Amino acid sequence: MRRLALIAAAALALAGPALAVTPDEQLRDPAQEARARALSQELRCLVCQNQSIDDSAAPLAHDLRVILRERIAAGDSDRQAVDYLVARYGDFVLLKPPFQPDTWALWLGPLAVLLLGGAGVAVYMRGRAARPESPLSVADEAEAARLLAADKGD
Amino acid sequence: MRRALALLPVALFVLVLAGFMVGLRRDPAILPSMLIGKPLPAFALAPLRPGEPGFASAELTGEPVLLNVFASWCGPCKEEHPVLLRLKAEGVKIAGLDWKEDAADGARWLAANGDPYVRAGNDASGRTGIDLGVSGVPETFVLDRRGRVRYRQVGAITPEVWSRTIAPLMAKLEAES
Repeated sequence: MRRLALIAAAALALAGPALAVTPDEQLRDPAQEARARALSQELRCLVCQNQSIDDSAAPLAHDLRVILRERIAAGDSDRQAVDYLVARYGDFVLLKPPFQPDTWALWLGPLAVLLLGGAGVAVYMRGRAARPESPLSVADEAEAARLLAADKGD
Repeated sequence: MRRALALLPVALFVLVLAGFMVGLRRDPAILPSMLIGKPLPAFALAPLRPGEPGFASAELTGEPVLLNVFASWCGPCKEEHPVLLRLKAEGVKIAGLDWKEDAADGARWLAANGDPYVRAGNDASGRTGIDLGVSGVPETFVLDRRGRVRYRQVGAITPEVWSRTIAPLMAKLEAES
């Protein structure tokens, strides 16, 4: 039993995270490889659209990882390497959309909704506070006094 | 004024609903091509058919032509193939780009299923396809006389896609000088 547990623990310790990036894709220069990894985590796989090319095992994602590394090895800046893919596949390859006129609604929409809701609440609360308390009529006043007196009498 | 204000949330809700109605019906696999209105990126494809050269992007000018990206490993291409053969019989010029496989596999597939292409080339590495922004097969680019991309079809050209979208466009491109 103990041996089994030990074996299981050893197996768990050995099991690293499954990587889509295969060793033969990786660049020899660790700094360049680190840049490529960071960039590829921000790039969308066109085949399985909710994965980054770093996560995806799709053949096209593999090709794009290799191209990204080629660009970096050839001396491209991060920006240039990413732009190379954007020129082919559009802004859609960027998992984080850029802030530009056609994405203003995307970036600012939630803030606008929050402000609108906040304004609505503010208007509502002010309306409530401003409502004057209606004074009791003479008859009501007398009734209230009678009830209070009756209460005390108990 | 108060009434209008009270109706505002309802109006906004309807607006958001309309947005979702339109947005959620779109196929997320169909991305806008970066090439619309632009010439093809320059490429020169390796041979596909035995004893015949591949072709270069510059050869796809002079008349409207379809550039069809296909592969023998691609399921929907089998569905599309009879349509392409029919179009060939009707005189439509189609160039074929065999994507991400050995030329031998592509050539064998054409020999077995019929060959609708006036020109055919092989892109074993897939790099030319990536330059075109291809994310899967089949994809088809409609080129005008000057070799500019005017439309991209993602997925198979079905008889319906042809008659509704591409045939009218081709007729228009034929009429252009």
